[in-house]
Amino acid sequence: MIALIVRRLAGLIVTLLLVSAVIFAVMDLLPGDPASVILGTSASPDTLAALQKEMGLDRPLAVRYVAWLAGVLQGDFGRSYTYGVPVAGLIAERLSVTVPLALIAILISVVLAIPLGVQAARHQNGGWDVFSGLFSHVSIAVPAFWVGLLLIILFSTTLGWLPAGGFPGWAGGVGAALMALLLPAVALALPQAGVLMRVTRSAVLEVMNEDFVRTARAKGLSEQTALWRHAVPNALIPVVTMLGLQFTFLIAGAVLVENVFNLPGLGRLAYQALSQRDVVVMQDVVLFFSALVILMNFLVDLAYLLIDPRLRAGVR
Amino acid sequence: MGSQFLSASTALTRRAVMGLAMAASLVLAAGMPAEAAPKTSLTLGMSVEPTGLDPTIAAPVAIGQVTWQNVFEGLTTIDRNGKVQPQLAESWTISPDGLIYTFKLRQGVTFHNGEAFDSAVAKFSIDRARGADSVNPQKRYFAAIDTVETPDAATLVLKLKQPAGSLLYWLGWPSSSIVAPKSAADNKTTPIGTGPFKFVSWTKGASVELARNPDYWNKAGAARLDKATFRFIADAQAQAAALKAGDVDAFPEFGAPELIDSLKGDARLATVIGNTELKVVAGMNNAKKPFDDKRVRQALMMAVDRQAVIDGAWSGFGTPIGSHYTPNDRGYVDLTKTYPYDPQKAKALLAEAGYPNGFSFTMKAPQMAYAQRASQILQAMLAEIGVTMTIETTEFPAKWVADVFKGGNYDMTIVAHAEPMDIDIYARDPYYFNYKNPTFNEILKKVEATADPAAQEKLYAEAQTILATDVPALYLFVMPKLGVWDKKVAGLWENEPIPSNVLSEVHWTE
Amino acid sequence: MSFLRRHPTFLVGLVITLALVALALLSLVWTPMPPTRMQIIHKLKPPMAHGLLGTDQFGRDVASMLMVGAWNSLSTSLLAVALGATLGTGVGVLVAAIRGVTETVVMRFCDIIFAVPPILSAMLLGAFIGSGRFTAIIAIAVFMVPVFARLTLSAASQIWTRDYVMAAIGMGRNRAKITVVHVLPNIANQIIVQVTIQLGLAILTEAGLSFLGLGMPPPAPTWGRMLSDAQTFLGQAPWLALLPGLAIALAVMGLNMLGDGLRDLLDPRDPS
Repeated sequence: MIALIVRRLAGLIVTLLLVSAVIFAVMDLLPGDPASVILGTSASPDTLAALQKEMGLDRPLAVRYVAWLAGVLQGDFGRSYTYGVPVAGLIAERLSVTVPLALIAILISVVLAIPLGVQAARHQNGGWDVFSGLFSHVSIAVPAFWVGLLLIILFSTTLGWLPAGGFPGWAGGVGAALMALLLPAVALALPQAGVLMRVTRSAVLEVMNEDFVRTARAKGLSEQTALWRHAVPNALIPVVTMLGLQFTFLIAGAVLVENVFNLPGLGRLAYQALSQRDVVVMQDVVLFFSALVILMNFLVDLAYLLIDPRLRAGVR
Repeated sequence: MGSQFLSASTALTRRAVMGLAMAASLVLAAGMPAEAAPKTSLTLGMSVEPTGLDPTIAAPVAIGQVTWQNVFEGLTTIDRNGKVQPQLAESWTISPDGLIYTFKLRQGVTFHNGEAFDSAVAKFSIDRARGADSVNPQKRYFAAIDTVETPDAATLVLKLKQPAGSLLYWLGWPSSSIVAPKSAADNKTTPIGTGPFKFVSWTKGASVELARNPDYWNKAGAARLDKATFRFIADAQAQAAALKAGDVDAFPEFGAPELIDSLKGDARLATVIGNTELKVVAGMNNAKKPFDDKRVRQALMMAVDRQAVIDGAWSGFGTPIGSHYTPNDRGYVDLTKTYPYDPQKAKALLAEAGYPNGFSFTMKAPQMAYAQRASQILQAMLAEIGVTMTIETTEFPAKWVADVFKGGNYDMTIVAHAEPMDIDIYARDPYYFNYKNPTFNEILKKVEATADPAAQEKLYAEAQTILATDVPALYLFVMPKLGVWDKKVAGLWENEPIPSNVLSEVHWTE
Repeated sequence: MSFLRRHPTFLVGLVITLALVALALLSLVWTPMPPTRMQIIHKLKPPMAHGLLGTDQFGRDVASMLMVGAWNSLSTSLLAVALGATLGTGVGVLVAAIRGVTETVVMRFCDIIFAVPPILSAMLLGAFIGSGRFTAIIAIAVFMVPVFARLTLSAASQIWTRDYVMAAIGMGRNRAKITVVHVLPNIANQIIVQVTIQLGLAILTEAGLSFLGLGMPPPAPTWGRMLSDAQTFLGQAPWLALLPGLAIALAVMGLNMLGDGLRDLLDPRDPS
């Protein structure tokens, strides 16, 4: 078991290293260099050369990669070309928008999806089931950024209840900040809620047919108690797994939604960094996203290993 | 029970939403100004966040729009009418041959960090901008300078290799700002200048805050605001919402002309439409067939209805131009009638040039709204004379600079040239138009050889006429300056002879 | 017939999908107006006021643009999925036949692709080769390859353990032949179901890419770009934002329902 985890961890690190190398190479090959983006259209070649030297861009690719990697391993993520500040700080600042956004979105999708999913499973093929089936079909099909636009039309331009975009910052009061995150979180949550509802429904259905739930019912527990005390908690395992996977989706899906709502989050930072050819920031952000995805997948795998003893034996 | 759970949860969310709404209204109430005295703080909106805050080491105009004349000052400055005025240099004399500039520097000026300004500091700033390691985006402006001398602390002498009639104007640019030797290296993140405002903080991705400089050297020109905040909002919809909600007091360059009408209805807001220096031109690769034929370029110009372009791309805001020059610029001549809209004539001229059935080419258009919209309209207009345009969206700035600007790998492109008085770009070699005209180059040389404004303006008129006739680029329109601000805010510039947000005179009227 | 009655979603999905395909095909020969014709004087007219569904900021007919948009969206997505499915399935069955080190390498490669969020790598790709239909197809296909590779690998691996395949190996049949004769036909249904589901996903992704300006260039109308253009006109012309989004949602929903139905029909082992 331990050996397996260690092996998985090693594989994880290798994957991450490969990802970072690929990203580094791709960023380097992109047309357009950061120096000419900074200096604009009137700069002479010698000025450009001077800036490239100052930024260390005159060194060979491999040397720069090793230097960057060495920095990352020591916790130094480098300095942004455009802002001139350490990237670690930039990412941390942006996470203070993206992480709350993703968490609120998860909260909304859970609140929507789990009751609906349980109801659908309980009344299989009944009215609730049809309704929630329809709900999941619709919500999975709508693009999050479109939902964002619709919400803006309804709540901002028509009703004027909520801000159309922008982020006042946490310093300006938690209330205002949460208001700014509400619409984008709903836009992000809706498509996820559909998926989550389906998972909940099928998980509850499956568990309800298992022996211990039948036993519980046979013991004379009411349908409701059997459902909530035994079936739902056990069905939550795949649901929580799904949530883990969704967290990474939400963070990534935030790229589009943050653009629609003009939120200074991590996705927008990536978009900005790419257009400014702020190579260091882009590398770090992509590496961060990748690490998150890989880590989440690893944790999910690990959870399965712990839960399901059969898997421990059947090591591939 | 199950359904109870569901309704309980919706009630919970409803309560949560109400709570949020209440919290927000409390915050709003707390932020309300007291009615009695005029406000002394201003929040100003910008579409683009600056990349760094040192205008002497990077080109983006947003840097100057935050710092120039607020934090940083120059030996000279440029006023709201585009005229050169003294600033850190009190006065100057120019030798008759135009080769020696002697500046008398202002005394008693200190930087925000306490460093004193004198001739050594001025020399440091100029040498930093023109030295071998300089990364100044406008290093060319210092190319004429041969030596910088400091006979005493209050005198600066610039000796030139050849006359430079625009030198005083160039010294007023953001990229020519005077910086302090001790703090120059950190200006990118914590700018230190001599201006009426001090830098306070920069929340990346959101805002920059400035505060009044109590020790400003010019009591008459001291800031009237205690605090100025620049907020960066890229999305036009959000800009409008912020203005309406009062989160932003002024948007000197509002992003979307199509939303101006919706703001005009707001009694609290004033919409002030002025001129910028942003010339929207569709540059052609003059070295490439068929654009190497002047007649082809002229025919394309005649196929374009400038007003329709302005209507479609920028909701009718903007002024048509006939060459690379704006009504703000001194010596402007209206040349929009040189090749007026006439598709029949355009077709005939195209046939004369050997393209009776038109031709096909690719337009590399940046992703910005004005470029995308204008090129789609051009596409439709050129189709009328049988010319087929394929639009290829080219990411600006990175890919555009690599492909079009440096690579010269394009047929036609469309960008807004932001630098004021940059008609000399057609004399630069290499420059992406690949336009070569010795007569034109000669005229611009003469501009630099004289310091007499009247003579310069006459020469600029000649230069404009040559461009209007040769059509190295399709001259479309000048971007309007769509200023929207609270009616009680006074002192902002209506026009923009140089990209800026000069705040020293800005104040609340009640 | 009874299948259709038991699975109304399949029927609905089929109808929606067929209707969209029909509209898309019709747009190749006929639209109410040429979709690129600009009439600035008629700009931003609401539905029914000028044309069936109104006009956009250039006075172009929205109904015509949506029809051509359907063709552009469906064809781009179809090409992308076809490419991704072919490559992914090819890799999957190949690896299933060979196993060993190849499997590790290929799966590691899939991990790398999966590790970078799709929209980010599409942005990188767009910066790299420029925007356009080709970018969109490649960006989408790149994500389909590991999806199909993993699916076919696990499905094909099961087939390889079946008795009749073991027997064929024992008889000395070569692995390529076994793959063609036994493996592929047995996993075809799963692949068809997956293709339908991935098509819906591809349409969503294509819309997202167009929204960011990485899709087909103008004047070709795409649903995603229509949405992105509509952003600043939300107050004046909300229909410009409503209609293309509705089209995307309908298309994706239709394909998903079709996919669910097909799964019940072709691949009954899998519940949910």
